[in-house]
Amino acid sequence: MSSNLFEYLLILGDNSMILAHRLSELCGHGPSLETDIALTNTSLDLYGQVRNYFQYAAEIAPEQPGASEDSIAFLRRERQYRNCILLEQPNVDFAHVIVRQFLFDAFQNLQLEALLQSSDSQIAAIAEKSLKESRYHLRFSSEWLKRLGDGTETSHQKTQTALDYLYPFVHEFFDETEIEEIAAKEGYGAKLADLKPGFESILKEGIESATLKIPDSKPRFAQGKLGIHTEQMGYILAELQFMQRAYPNLQW
Amino acid sequence: MVAADFNIPDPAVETALSAVKDPEVPVLSIFDLGVVREVEVRDKHVAIKLTPTYSGCPAMDTIAMDIRTELAAIGYTCQIEMVLSPAWSTDWISEEGCRKLEEYGIASPLSAEMDKRVLLDGERLLPCPQCKSTNTKMISQFGSTACKALFRCEDCLETFDYFKCLK
Repeated sequence: MSSNLFEYLLILGDNSMILAHRLSELCGHGPSLETDIALTNTSLDLYGQVRNYFQYAAEIAPEQPGASEDSIAFLRRERQYRNCILLEQPNVDFAHVIVRQFLFDAFQNLQLEALLQSSDSQIAAIAEKSLKESRYHLRFSSEWLKRLGDGTETSHQKTQTALDYLYPFVHEFFDETEIEEIAAKEGYGAKLADLKPGFESILKEGIESATLKIPDSKPRFAQGKLGIHTEQMGYILAELQFMQRAYPNLQW
Repeated sequence: MVAADFNIPDPAVETALSAVKDPEVPVLSIFDLGVVREVEVRDKHVAIKLTPTYSGCPAMDTIAMDIRTELAAIGYTCQIEMVLSPAWSTDWISEEGCRKLEEYGIASPLSAEMDKRVLLDGERLLPCPQCKSTNTKMISQFGSTACKALFRCEDCLETFDYFKCLK
């Protein structure tokens, strides 16, 4: 049980961490000062959530004496990361950044709402804390989605292109792994199928009000939660892990 | 809650803790900010429970370090525990804290309903901390830190931070 809880915390934490890393790449590179600050602040919120998940995971880590939030974040191998592959997709342009953010925020809002009812009081507490931030992120990304989609011809086109590319990844959110199935059955995790109607309605409203079209493309094959990642992941880990690999146990 | 609400038996401990400020808003003590949940003093040891403002707020680590330093200076050891639930809300900033924010040049949190109207609908309701005019305009939902938004007063032309309402 403890081991499944550990793996479940990795699924929750890794989604936030890999997206936080992608957003941190924009520090000093945002399209304007305000959006630069907004995206890096969002990154910071997500990293804060990750710390909460991983501190808890380190406490209950099965057969891993000496595990810490840092060792969990930095010292795993690629196959041991459990994020959905949507979150490792590159920034490309501002439209990709906003669409990826919107798709994740919509899912994370619903997931955190469900986790408020978790039978595990620590998960419920982290969800309560994170939800306030996640709602704010969703507000930000929905507004920008609307502004870009319903903006100029060029911004509309770029945003539709980003949506066409990223939308097929969202189905992985709802592909239930054995870890999530057990978590839901034992009461500490969220039942993914229950989140789907809410997710579809947030997407429909957000995308339509941005005058964009939901692509009717097929789901993309994705097994990020099982540790099978895209080629993007190697580049992310190379940067994310460099300091701890080069200088083991380095303290900031 | 203000420092007095905690009934800290040793006034030296109360003074030391009141000297710990939010590093991002150095006029606010940790009591003004409302992050202190419990203080327990036993002999020369203090056990403190803190609630983080935002999950990723880097100020929390600095605050914990400053608490240790201040207490060590008066010969106390301490243990700090972070409590996530119930989650911090801007309602926990004390009245004194809000007054200090305004004096420092940061607009204090509005009610949740008014907050939504200024941040989402662009309504001009937020009083400028410098000249008190409400002819103010949002420049960015995020300001110098995650907890603040950036505004400009159209009358005195000053830009200022607004401490966003978080419920």
